[in-house]
Amino acid sequence: MEFFVISLLNGVSYGLLLFMLSSGLTLIFSMMGVLNFAHASFYMLGAYLAYTLGLKIGFFPALFLAPPLAGLVGALVERYGLRKVHRYGHVPELLFTFGLAYLIEESVKVVWGLAAVPYRVPEFLDGHLFTLYSTSFPKLRGFMMLVALAMLAAVYLLLTRTRIGLVIQAALTHPQTVEALGHNVPRVFMLVFGGGCALAGLAGVIGGVAFVTEPSMAASVGPIVFVVAVVGGMGSLAGAFLASLLIGILQTFAIALDWSLAGMLAAVGIHVSEQTFLYSLWKLQLSQVAPVLPYLLLVLMLIFRPKGLLGTRAD
Amino acid sequence: MKYQPLNLARWIIWGATALLMAVLPLVFTQGFAITLMSQMGIAIIFTLSYNMLLGQSGMLSFGHAVYSGLGAYIAVHVLNMSSKGQLWMPVSLLPLVGGLAGAFFGVLFGYVTTKRAGTTFAMITLGIGELVFSCSLMFPEFFGGEGGVTTNRVFGQPFLGISFGPATQVYYLIALWCLASMALMYAWSHTPLGRMANAVRDNPERAEFVGYDTQKVRWLTLIISAFFAGVAGALGCINFEIVTAENVSAIRSGGVLLAAFIGGVGFFFGPIIGACVFVYFVVALSDHTRAWQLYLGLFFILTVMFAPGGIASLVMMQLPVIARKRFGELLPHYARTGAAGLLVLAALILTVEMTYKVSVDSADGTAMSLFGVEFDAAGALPWTVAGGLWLVGGWLFHRARRRLARTWGDIQAEIAGVKA
Amino acid sequence: MIQFSIRAAVRSTLCAAALASASTVAQAQTVKLALIDPQSGLMAPVGLNQLHSWQYIAEIANQKNWAGGPKFEIVGFDNKLSPQESLTVLKQAIDQGIRYILQGNGSSVALALQDAVQKHNERNPGKEIIFLNYAAVDPDMTNSKCTYWHFRLDANSDMKMEALTTYLAKDKNVKNVYLLNQNYSFGQAVARGAKEYLARKRPDIKIVGEDLHPLAQIKDFAPYVSKIKAAGADTVITGNWGSDLALLIKAAKDAGLNVNFYTYYAATTGVPTAMGAAGEDKVHYVGYWNVNNAKFVGADVAMGYDKKYHDDFYTMATYTGIAMLAKAFKETKSTDPVKVAKALEGMKVESLNGEVEMRKTDHQALQPLYIAKWVKVNGKDVKYDQEKTGYGWKTEALLDTYVATQPTSCQMKRPN
Repeated sequence: MEFFVISLLNGVSYGLLLFMLSSGLTLIFSMMGVLNFAHASFYMLGAYLAYTLGLKIGFFPALFLAPPLAGLVGALVERYGLRKVHRYGHVPELLFTFGLAYLIEESVKVVWGLAAVPYRVPEFLDGHLFTLYSTSFPKLRGFMMLVALAMLAAVYLLLTRTRIGLVIQAALTHPQTVEALGHNVPRVFMLVFGGGCALAGLAGVIGGVAFVTEPSMAASVGPIVFVVAVVGGMGSLAGAFLASLLIGILQTFAIALDWSLAGMLAAVGIHVSEQTFLYSLWKLQLSQVAPVLPYLLLVLMLIFRPKGLLGTRAD
Repeated sequence: MKYQPLNLARWIIWGATALLMAVLPLVFTQGFAITLMSQMGIAIIFTLSYNMLLGQSGMLSFGHAVYSGLGAYIAVHVLNMSSKGQLWMPVSLLPLVGGLAGAFFGVLFGYVTTKRAGTTFAMITLGIGELVFSCSLMFPEFFGGEGGVTTNRVFGQPFLGISFGPATQVYYLIALWCLASMALMYAWSHTPLGRMANAVRDNPERAEFVGYDTQKVRWLTLIISAFFAGVAGALGCINFEIVTAENVSAIRSGGVLLAAFIGGVGFFFGPIIGACVFVYFVVALSDHTRAWQLYLGLFFILTVMFAPGGIASLVMMQLPVIARKRFGELLPHYARTGAAGLLVLAALILTVEMTYKVSVDSADGTAMSLFGVEFDAAGALPWTVAGGLWLVGGWLFHRARRRLARTWGDIQAEIAGVKA
Repeated sequence: MIQFSIRAAVRSTLCAAALASASTVAQAQTVKLALIDPQSGLMAPVGLNQLHSWQYIAEIANQKNWAGGPKFEIVGFDNKLSPQESLTVLKQAIDQGIRYILQGNGSSVALALQDAVQKHNERNPGKEIIFLNYAAVDPDMTNSKCTYWHFRLDANSDMKMEALTTYLAKDKNVKNVYLLNQNYSFGQAVARGAKEYLARKRPDIKIVGEDLHPLAQIKDFAPYVSKIKAAGADTVITGNWGSDLALLIKAAKDAGLNVNFYTYYAATTGVPTAMGAAGEDKVHYVGYWNVNNAKFVGADVAMGYDKKYHDDFYTMATYTGIAMLAKAFKETKSTDPVKVAKALEGMKVESLNGEVEMRKTDHQALQPLYIAKWVKVNGKDVKYDQEKTGYGWKTEALLDTYVATQPTSCQMKRPN
């Protein structure tokens, strides 16, 4: 029971971090049709900026300052880079962000060096929130969940309750009409791109302190963010939320279980030994396969339900 | 469309390519140059096979390394069995094995991936790429784990004095296969299937309406493309005598995408240029500077932004101008823009290298040398020079580019006028 | 014989100066050593640290004229941690006339280089090259796959496991052990070794769980930690390195997991920063040296290194390597790899951890091993910290050479 509850909590909190990361990607994609390959790079940028700012002004001010800064970089990239490429079509746009990911990673190395930076947990988040049976649940993870939920609420309110949110939603489906009504659609795009990057930056502030802040942190989360956005359904924030939790919990529980095909066969009376054909396949444990599961889910989802869990369009 | 002079030009181009490939190792006899050229040959096949998907059929794949990598793995196992005498397979025919293996996996994965086009296709290939890569570390029996599978290409008695021990012999084997693959892939683009692939790229609805099964066209194209990727993989296996998991990794898949795009996906010869430039960046440039990835990324982004047709399109744009004997007018502008561009490039290199020196590499002091000049990266003077280069170079470049654009526009307008 | 105290250093410098002035006829020859290791990418910090270590030791050796004439120069080549890329740069190094290859990061790269060097030497008689492996620890390299031109300066994975389990076996509090490793040849070798040696030494210790996870892909180790907890482990043995180790220890601390970690690589660049206070009193490593040893042997080297590179010197094998080469140059009065390789066989030198012998049968260095624990710097037995964290490694045990020495299955083919 202890194991189950703690694993569930772990899964949910990891899922929520994934959601913070992928929500920006989903927003950008649904608005502009751009799959931002550099999205995880803004996650990294957020972490590094928060680390540098945190040295001067402390963790909390940095928490509020670093994401807008990452967003500003994103907006500039959109204004002076992506917008130029926009007219060539979606593939060059995608390739642009692909190259951008390279560039950001290298720039981070030039500025902050090749090794991990000592981005530490602030003292009052360092400790245990509560202890369940005998396992303690760290404050930082609780904080991570809180920020993610607050962010979800804020984004939801922004999109449904404000004027700009309504324009964004309208531009989502009918860009020409919105433009005809006199709204500056390119500027809305810039805002959305910057906003999406800021969300990734926020995830970075938390993720960087929870894990390790180093130049390869973007590359290590990059593919999984895509999986979440695609599985949830391109352009669906609710879908991204659902998919994040699903993948978070799936991965956590898969690691926990030592099931293997050999074990299952043994349960029905078939014994598998090292001499058996394809033994390495049979002996593979679910926990070993766990990190691969999201990709498997991605491929299956794309084959059988390409619009994703809650998505509205296939491409 | 087919008239004699065009074909003659074609023969000359192909002949010259073959001659160049034959002569190059006689000019550059250094071992490293041979290695570089061998890798370029392999990269050319791989990038061309990739462009069958991206350029000719409009399929953006993020997992093309799967086919070359798995082809290489099958090839290395066959080679090892062959050297143990368990089966007969001469080294020179090994690429065929790799190709067939690649095609086999093309049939398998392609059935799944080509069901969709566009972004969905791209995402599925990404997923499959990650899956195969993760599996490669999970099944060490086949993939050899982290260390990969090693082999020895020299076994048995030399045939006509060819043992494939010396790198030059391997280079010629690669050159032969490269030439054959180039010719075959070029021929493919003129077959009905190749033409249909173009149609499916440009207007899938219409192609479907005319009665073609677009999914089948994509699938068949992918299988053929996977075949050539497998050939490239097997040649890599012969060249390096080792196959590791990185052969199926996302880095390799991303690299071939970069190479194809830099060269230009719109023309057949684009990826050939791209492959050579890319290999040069990765292999040669990385020995001169640690910031090579920064330059590569920047180069790629600039290509996407300002020359989305790649290097090939820049070359092809000159042809009508040359044909009308107006190239002479452009030449001084090119020279001026190029010179100004070199100033900007120098400013960039200076800035990047000095930043690297100061931030990452300052242990031995900040003294460094660049372009044969010794200076102190922490000093004010070099930074002033860099700043000055940026300003002057940037201004000159901007001016030269504007003039070039004006002249270019005039000539284009005249050409268009002549046509009309 | 090489001495370490400052007085001895001064003396030898003076001697060298006297010798050099005496025999000005002997021309100063420079021997280039190619270091093929990652200098860009994920493992670049480690690779650069080690490049600097080699350069620093070479500098000392040149100053003190260890080799009696020849000077050392380390040339760094970036292999991006890729076996294939390594073979390309190997060719480049050979083209530049370099006859000595140094490499350490990753058994995958080392195996590829070992193989390539062997092939090169077979195909190009008269142009032989020597491969000094200073950190790749796959036992196969000095057993079933051993070759004449490969020399390993580090203790291999099995030797380290032997030392580790010998130390563990004495601790009666250890009852339930969990094995968590990266899923590739090295991680599997660690897991296999741990099971085998523990069963031999302490059959009462239970292996309560075993996991292999993909290399450098896990971001969240919390699930593994709760699994370790659920299994009731009191000790975790892991061969994890880089971020895989740092994240594991961080997650363990967050969940309040109270177990001891026994590692191979907790002292390498990046890990100390990442674990910080989280690893205090819990993390141990087994290795061939610790700067906080009984007499602080090598502390002057570490301090000098820190002063120059603002980094920690931990790859002590660089010292052993240069010392061995220097001795071989001196003995043979030659820098020809064929002669040097012969001289290296069975050679003994005094390194920072005591006497190191290059065993003739398999070219595996035999040396004393250390077990150390991550504790707060106290100025007494733990003087030096790592990565300015305020924590350092306290020597828990110094195991004599014979303890970890393993038999070898190597059947060396020697050129005649």
